[in-house]
Amino acid sequence: MMQRLFAVLMIYLSIASGALAQDNVPPQTSTVDTNPAVSTLEDILRRQEGLKTSDDAIRSHEIGDPANAKPGIDQLGTLGGASDADLWRAYRFGEADITTQARVPAATTLIQDGGMWWLDFRRGPLQTIAIYLLGGTLLALALFYLIRGRIRIDGEKTGRTLLRFKAFERFGHWMLASSFILLGLTGLITLFGRKVIIPAFGHEAFSSVAIVSKWVHNNVSWAFMIALVFVFAIWVIHNIPDRTDLRWLAKGGGLLGGGHPPAKKFNAGQKLIFWAVILLGGSISLSGLSLLFPFEFNLFGHTFSLLNGWGVPGWFGYADLPYPLAPQEEMQYAQLWHALVSLILTAIILAHIYLGSIGMEGAFDAMGKGEVEEQWAREHHSIWAEEIVGPTSTTRKEP
Amino acid sequence: MKAFLISLVALVVITVGANRILQVVGFSSATAATSSQNVRLSD
Repeated sequence: MMQRLFAVLMIYLSIASGALAQDNVPPQTSTVDTNPAVSTLEDILRRQEGLKTSDDAIRSHEIGDPANAKPGIDQLGTLGGASDADLWRAYRFGEADITTQARVPAATTLIQDGGMWWLDFRRGPLQTIAIYLLGGTLLALALFYLIRGRIRIDGEKTGRTLLRFKAFERFGHWMLASSFILLGLTGLITLFGRKVIIPAFGHEAFSSVAIVSKWVHNNVSWAFMIALVFVFAIWVIHNIPDRTDLRWLAKGGGLLGGGHPPAKKFNAGQKLIFWAVILLGGSISLSGLSLLFPFEFNLFGHTFSLLNGWGVPGWFGYADLPYPLAPQEEMQYAQLWHALVSLILTAIILAHIYLGSIGMEGAFDAMGKGEVEEQWAREHHSIWAEEIVGPTSTTRKEP
Repeated sequence: MKAFLISLVALVVITVGANRILQVVGFSSATAATSSQNVRLSD
């Protein structure tokens, strides 16, 4: 019994003395490295998520200094003035003096941070945007059709036709349209191939489809660009905005409320389509050319530099845009811009195709045959119809 | 319809022609990222 009591007493004393000993330890200073070049946990976590970190500017200069290397007097000599970490940082921040045998622009970029961000965006948000934009447009058009129905010719048909578009105009339109459809389809195959075609048909099938798609996309692009210039040249004079367009827009073109606001050869809606095709198509062509000829056009680095100089990102509360860009980043931004602008233009063209075909009675004849029903012309392009039919009736064609 | 068919023919001609021109000139986007020049293949 006494032995047990003694043991308990000894245990209590040992614990108490330990507690007293801890109480006597002087306060320790933090052992966390205060060197700003040392990453914090927050920086490391942000880097793992592909986000910018505050220590990048400091770390980009922490690349060692060969001049500080200790003399190689020991048997093993010195490893130099730069550690492995210094060397990897130098590669990553483009500070290393690299010489390669390949004489191509991007050969000396061994590590490029922007790649993962681009890849994540391309296979994530970009595809989501595409689905919502194109799917949403198709849904909206379907709803419009259900609510409004087909826009019919209100008046009695005359049986006479007017020459709406000459053969060379229709040629230009159809070359632009055919090339755009081919480019759109092959572009979507390229964007959604891994997510849709590989799971559905397998890798080998997608390999063949991807090779053909790439060839078609790269080479049909020339027909698109030529047709774009051609269409611009022949129609720009008819697409300069004027007061008639304001009246047409004020009445919504009569699409919902009915009625037919006056319009010339092209109404305001068609002019909007025209300028969307020219401006967005031009931008797609430019970014497409930079992708066709890799590393030849530095469109984005130069643009970002100009925007930063004007302080544009600050107007919207954003930090400066990245500059300078690695050669690969130029291509990545060009690809994203190319895809995004193409998707927007595709959505607009879907609406154009709808109104030019099933959405409006008599509209397809303008590009199909080149001639339209006179009553259709009087309703949808009254000013133009009067110009054609008014003083002379030589252009009128009896059936 | 004739204008549409002619535009398709023009599209094919331009597409194949552009490809041929780039081949004759010796341009390939693949060579912009890789180069076999200055690589010693023997010795």
